[in-house]
Amino acid sequence: MISLAGLAAQFTELVLAVLLAPLLTGWVNQCRAWLQSRSAPPLLQPYRVLGKLFRKEVVLAHNASPLFRFAPYLIFGCLCAAAAIVPTLGTDLPLNAAADAIALVGLLALARLFIALAGMDVGTAFGSLGARREMLVGFLAEPALLMVLFTASLISNSTSLTTIAETLAHKEFVIHPSLAFAGVAFTMVSLAENARIPVDNPATHLELTMIHEAMVLEYSGRHLAMIELAASLKLFVYSCIGLVLFFPFGIAGGGDWRGIVLALPALLAKLAVGGALLALIEMVSAKMRIFRAPEFLGTAFLLAVLAMLVHVLLER
Amino acid sequence: MLQHYGQQLINLLAAVMLLLAFAMLAQRRIISLINLFAAQGFTLVLSTALVAWLTGQHHLYGSALLTLALKVVALPWILHRLIRRLNVKWDIETLINIPTTMLIGIVLVILAFNLAQPISLLAGTVTKATLGIALACVLLSFLMMITRSKAVPQVIGFLAMENGLFFAATGAVYGMPMVIEFGIALDVLVGMLILGIFFFRIRERFDSLDTRHLEKLRDH
Amino acid sequence: MPAELLLLLASPLAGGLVLALLGHRRYAAELNAAFSALTFAASAALVARVVAEGPFDTLERQFFVDSLNVFLVALTAFVGMTTALFSRPYMRIEREHGRVSEGGMRLFHSMYQLFSFTMLLVLTTNNLGVMWVAMEAATLTTVLLVALYRTHASLEAAWKYFILCGVGIAQALLGTILVYFAAEKILGAGVGALLWTQLDSVKGQLEPSVMAIAFVFLMVGYGTKVGLVPLHNWLPDAHAEGPTPVSAVLSGLLLNVALYALIRFKVLTDGALERPFASGLMMGFGLLSVTVGALFLSRQRDIKRMFAYSSVEHMGLITFAFGLGGPVASFAGLLHMTMHSLTKSAIFFAVGHATQKAGTQVMAEIRGLIRLSPTVGWGLTLGTVAILGLPPFGVFASEFLILTQTIARAPWAAPILLVSLGISFAAIFGKLQPMVFGEPSVSRLPHRPALLPVFAHLLLVLMFGLYMPPYLAGWYRQAALLIG
Repeated sequence: MISLAGLAAQFTELVLAVLLAPLLTGWVNQCRAWLQSRSAPPLLQPYRVLGKLFRKEVVLAHNASPLFRFAPYLIFGCLCAAAAIVPTLGTDLPLNAAADAIALVGLLALARLFIALAGMDVGTAFGSLGARREMLVGFLAEPALLMVLFTASLISNSTSLTTIAETLAHKEFVIHPSLAFAGVAFTMVSLAENARIPVDNPATHLELTMIHEAMVLEYSGRHLAMIELAASLKLFVYSCIGLVLFFPFGIAGGGDWRGIVLALPALLAKLAVGGALLALIEMVSAKMRIFRAPEFLGTAFLLAVLAMLVHVLLER
Repeated sequence: MLQHYGQQLINLLAAVMLLLAFAMLAQRRIISLINLFAAQGFTLVLSTALVAWLTGQHHLYGSALLTLALKVVALPWILHRLIRRLNVKWDIETLINIPTTMLIGIVLVILAFNLAQPISLLAGTVTKATLGIALACVLLSFLMMITRSKAVPQVIGFLAMENGLFFAATGAVYGMPMVIEFGIALDVLVGMLILGIFFFRIRERFDSLDTRHLEKLRDH
Repeated sequence: MPAELLLLLASPLAGGLVLALLGHRRYAAELNAAFSALTFAASAALVARVVAEGPFDTLERQFFVDSLNVFLVALTAFVGMTTALFSRPYMRIEREHGRVSEGGMRLFHSMYQLFSFTMLLVLTTNNLGVMWVAMEAATLTTVLLVALYRTHASLEAAWKYFILCGVGIAQALLGTILVYFAAEKILGAGVGALLWTQLDSVKGQLEPSVMAIAFVFLMVGYGTKVGLVPLHNWLPDAHAEGPTPVSAVLSGLLLNVALYALIRFKVLTDGALERPFASGLMMGFGLLSVTVGALFLSRQRDIKRMFAYSSVEHMGLITFAFGLGGPVASFAGLLHMTMHSLTKSAIFFAVGHATQKAGTQVMAEIRGLIRLSPTVGWGLTLGTVAILGLPPFGVFASEFLILTQTIARAPWAAPILLVSLGISFAAIFGKLQPMVFGEPSVSRLPHRPALLPVFAHLLLVLMFGLYMPPYLAGWYRQAALLIG
């Protein structure tokens, strides 16, 4: 039964995600600047950048296919869908039936597929280079992410994200070593997937070190705006997945208005702390060579598998 | 309630030991390897002390103290001194690359868990679930010994195997009688000292501690 | 604690400590031999006591002496003494040749005594944990001895020895822990659950699955020290590169003692399991060792390596015999242990001097021993003939018994054994001929070679082959019954 509260919660979550994502990116940049003892761009800078890009004219290459033009919208759509099914405020959502962990990974994979294709579409060297590297990272990160989600599913006996959130939020406090391992693995995977140091530098334009930036070099105007927004949304979605799996306190169970209203500050607080931690990790790590990326992600995968094994052995 | 948390804490420490065993497997630098070994020893001490507190077996406190003295203080100190005097600080070369090693490691962990199942079922201790992890640590250290080509990491693998065995003893039978543990500790210490002498001799003969130099003897 | 047992253990321990300080003096070798003689005297007294009064345990049951280990104690002490006598001139010659330094001599003498101590401890202790500790200590004492010459090859051999035996012994520790785990359920926690006599009395109640897994680990662990294939890799190198007295005690004593430990555990496992699991494993490993030993033996060009593989082969045969089980096969196994120990050490004594004369261990370069030094030549010939199982030497008797038992109870194994023994016979005999006869390529030695030990051993072996004194036979039979 679709409750009104649930519908409102769903809508709020989606809108909130799209609106807050650039703020999260801005916050991470600000934290990083503080840690590096320099003054940061204002917190709302990403919004200004997006606004500027939306107003600019789109310049397309002659040989750009329709895929190139539609890809940004597709990518943004996938990530919106992903944002819609991750429970951030409440767990009684109309889209519960679709909120499956595997579907989530599938949506993210779809987004990755399209951005890689778009990168290769125009036929430039940078685009193909970025696309290949993105696929390399994705090839290893996806199983790791799946394993992490499976660990959580094993604990809550379901792959539905809302069930996971509810079980983990309302269980008594138990020390789960498997969740500890899964948490580390998840952090490593999100660093890789969101093009953060130590896997990729979001601020670089050097050929040797680009992954994400290389694929979107050809984009301009509103297309680029959509892609940048999608990238921020991806970071937001990953953060929310992390919060659902490891810190689900505060997410409202069932559909009462008060719970949802209270969940909002909780969410903001947790995201703020998460963003600061991300900035800290970025600051203390050095970017690793691209050849080491498989090792890094392999370690993440193995930690995730270990988490599952440890759960099976120790927590049954 | 405290019992309940105690059990979980022990499980957590067991998981940390497994993590450290994997970390040692994937480690490239010798100094970090020795520090990880010391960390593993420390985890062992904590878990032994915790079991002692939970079950009232006071001889385990002595055992924990012995492990602390030997594996967290003495052995890492000897190893650090050794590598300083031998000037061994380079990156460890492995015979197979690290991701493959880790994959084999996972297979060994699954194997160990399966092997330990029947014994865990029979154990009456509070730590029976950790037997599988102890066995996994032993197998992982064994893998580390096989896939390294320098002498010092092989020795550390050997010592880590001993850690795993100790953990198994604590897990299955609340530790061996103290006399035996003293004997084992003595053996390990003397073994280390002999190895130290050994390394110098190997070094002065071969000018290197690469064990691939030590594979020349063949049937002839 | 009876005085004999105390003296037996205290003598080599004291010897080790004293020789650590005085091992480089001129009289060190005599001191070494004196301590070993004292140990032997103690062991003889111990034997007399056991023969008179039967098995006994002492010191709150921490030590236990019955007919199985007392004869091994006597054998160990005897071979220890004769090897000490042999090492007198041998090490002097090595010193003259400059292959050993002064510090090396101290190390050699003190470690030799400590090694005897650890082996006697393994044999007489009732505590399975102490048995493990002493076994590991025995490895540690010999590691530095194998590396005594500090050449490339000896360092490599010692490193392999250390690592392989270390890993093996770690498996044995796991096996011991599992046995303790099974025992604790019935006997309660504490040292009592590690005492072999206690375990023996309740072996029927020990949990079968745990004992089975434990025995596998113990087989791998102690089996490495026995030199069973495929865990034997350290053996040829350690024998070839270490000084000859070390090869003699390794082959003659350490392998036996490790097998003794294995037998003790086999008794427990057989009691806990109904099916012949332990026996099957021992037979399998034993057969494998016999075949592989024989095959590799024929390819060797280094004389010590060849005889090392021969040790692998014979230990495999003994393990097979114990696996076969039953009073006759166990009797034959015990007899073969003794014969092999005496003969192999005699061979190594002769080989040691032969290689010193020739300056090399490569068989193709040793020629005409009998011309220049008839005693060495004859010693080597007789020893080889003995180890090959020719009558009237004692090895023939034990091999014959084992073969007849095999044909009677496990006929499928008989052809394998016969073929392997045949291959090794042909190989060793073929290589022996040119070494002993032919144009001499050897030189004189600065000191007179010690050949009394060689002939003493061979005489004993001959005696066993021709006539076994009834009390000795009865003694062996008792021990065989213990093994089951």
